Amino acid sequence: MKLKSILTSAIAAVALGTAAIAADIKVGFVYVGPVGDGGWTYEHDQGRKAVVEAFGDRVETIYQENVPEGADSERVMTQMALQGADLIFTTSFGYMDPTINVAKKFPNVKFEHATGYKRADNVSTYSARFYEGRAVQGHIAGKMTKTNKIGYIGSFPIPEVIRGINSAYIHAKKVNPDVEFNIVWAYTWFDPAKEADAANALIEQGCDVVLQHTDSTAPQAAAEKAGNVITFGQASDMAEFGPLPRVSSIIDDWGPYYVARTQAVLDGTWTSMDTWDGIGPGMVKIGEISSAVPADIKAEAEALRDALGSGEYHAFTGPLNKQDGTPWLAAGETADDGTLAGMNFYVEGLTGTIPQ
Amino acid sequence: MIHFEKRLNPSRITTVVTPIIAVILTMIAGGIMFAALGKPPLEAIRIIFWDPLFDPNFASYSRPQLLVKAGPLILIAIGLSIGFKAGIWNIGAEGQYIMGAVFGAAVALAAYPADSVLLFPAMVVSGACGGWLWAMIPAILRTKFNTNEILVSLMLVYVAESILASVAQGLLKNPEGYGFPGSRNLQQYPSAFNAEVIANSGMHWGVISAFIAVICAYVMMTRHIRGFEVRLMGEAPKAARFSGTSTTRLVVFCLGISGALAGLAGMFEVSGPSGQITIDFNSGYGFTAIIVAFLGRLHPIGILLAGLLMALTYIGGELAQLMLGLPGASIQLFQGMLLLFLLATDIFTNYRIRIGGAK
Repeated sequence: MKLKSILTSAIAAVALGTAAIAADIKVGFVYVGPVGDGGWTYEHDQGRKAVVEAFGDRVETIYQENVPEGADSERVMTQMALQGADLIFTTSFGYMDPTINVAKKFPNVKFEHATGYKRADNVSTYSARFYEGRAVQGHIAGKMTKTNKIGYIGSFPIPEVIRGINSAYIHAKKVNPDVEFNIVWAYTWFDPAKEADAANALIEQGCDVVLQHTDSTAPQAAAEKAGNVITFGQASDMAEFGPLPRVSSIIDDWGPYYVARTQAVLDGTWTSMDTWDGIGPGMVKIGEISSAVPADIKAEAEALRDALGSGEYHAFTGPLNKQDGTPWLAAGETADDGTLAGMNFYVEGLTGTIPQ
Repeated sequence: MIHFEKRLNPSRITTVVTPIIAVILTMIAGGIMFAALGKPPLEAIRIIFWDPLFDPNFASYSRPQLLVKAGPLILIAIGLSIGFKAGIWNIGAEGQYIMGAVFGAAVALAAYPADSVLLFPAMVVSGACGGWLWAMIPAILRTKFNTNEILVSLMLVYVAESILASVAQGLLKNPEGYGFPGSRNLQQYPSAFNAEVIANSGMHWGVISAFIAVICAYVMMTRHIRGFEVRLMGEAPKAARFSGTSTTRLVVFCLGISGALAGLAGMFEVSGPSGQITIDFNSGYGFTAIIVAFLGRLHPIGILLAGLLMALTYIGGELAQLMLGLPGASIQLFQGMLLLFLLATDIFTNYRIRIGGAK
């Protein structure tokens, strides 16, 4: 009896073991930050967990965190491919050329590169229209500011970040013509110390709204300490800082996309494509607008969110001029994706120059 | 009572044995940590130290990668070790590495799309000059105004990082890059590409230069008068002065050579494995090389081995993360343990343990 039960459990263990090994496909994730950053990498890892949840034992996921961009990332991707990964998500812009290089060496492995523009037969790209979320932020910021000074912590002066600044400014200005933007460049995606310094500098200059395009919660903490300053969660909800200073957030929701692409590999229907989804398909989500925002402003912001989601309103709708006064979009005209993808100019009204 | 007694002469046997003991101690302590994390300890250690070299799946790829990773570490550490021997502390190799890469890439990009066999040698010279010039700033400030070269060289790392960020978004930006920061990829620029000398061997010119640097440093430190001066300055500065060694000349020499070698490492990296000038192109080689220099006991052969060992823990550590799902921080902790034990066991080279009352 005893022997029998031992044997049964041994067989069960072996069966379980083989079941775990016999996943149909292996999916790898390369992360630029730690999974506990509470922002960008955290949300990608949530996406990975969604894949685990959706497919259970059919899919095995592997990941590596804190991978520097450049030659190191190329090695990490190669090792993943050698280890038998069928699909690899590389989740930072700086992984672009390494992804293309490794993809050439492993034509049977599918790659998905976030936020880049280089594709191949086995390399797709995907990104989110974060600027749609910025429009909602700008609206709330313009309504809520009392000093009419809005601080903005930029990471790097690349099109994605510039798009966000323009979108937030356009919609803040629309509801508050006196609004001014102070932009600080942190030159980092994740550095709590630098981000806190930037937030404090902006608050000292009189900004009572701080928007961030960096991933840590340090600006939230700085605003909480200063008091009377509102912030928005970036990449992740950062709900632990609500209802004040965090009044809302832009959440990246990669889960549905990761699940769909994994399904495509399982089905053998995966093809290379370029995905740029916004609020509509749910890749960008607006976090709960907190009780610190008056009900009428909240309703307006939600209406704006829904209009952006349904496609009846575009965040870049003319008339809009460039910073130097040259016309960009005529009344009613909307920006095309090509211009948005490579956006390297401020819209009229923003002060300062984009660092070159 | 247990106490330490200084050895009259450093023990030769312990110099060789202590690193091995340190590695064993790391395996034990690391194994305990991995077990506490709920991962199989023996397997983790096998993956870190054995699989990158001998696993049939990975070894053919990771063995060459070992050279790619160790090359810049060794090249920089050799330069630093010469200064460290003389008591001249260049902590800013990371900055010199960046400037070497920027200068080297600038020559290539200015000549784009040149097709000339002279381009790569010109990049090599320019890269070395970039690093050398950056190291001359602390050298001149030290010799003219007696500033502290540790602080100046370290602070210049941050200046170099800002210059890097600036050129990646401006001067050297890829005009066909849709406004994104980052230069053209030199890997797609045949006459500027630092390709592997033998395909799939990992041996690019930077790795070859590292080996040459090891040999040259060994010959210089043991056979050449300059090597003698360096050692004399470190061990007995007064005697060095009496014997007519010029401190100024030695400071300029030591900072210059370490700067030039770091610059070379940066240039070989940007034109080879990395390919691009990007905002955060540097990934800490200049700082890790300081550890490698001390791990190698400031001896050229030691540095060669230490560089390879560091590379092994990086690559093995990545494999362990992938295969066992170990958190990245535990690998850093493991590397930290290795350094701690190596430096801690070093004490037995110069001291012996006496048990019993002190005399």
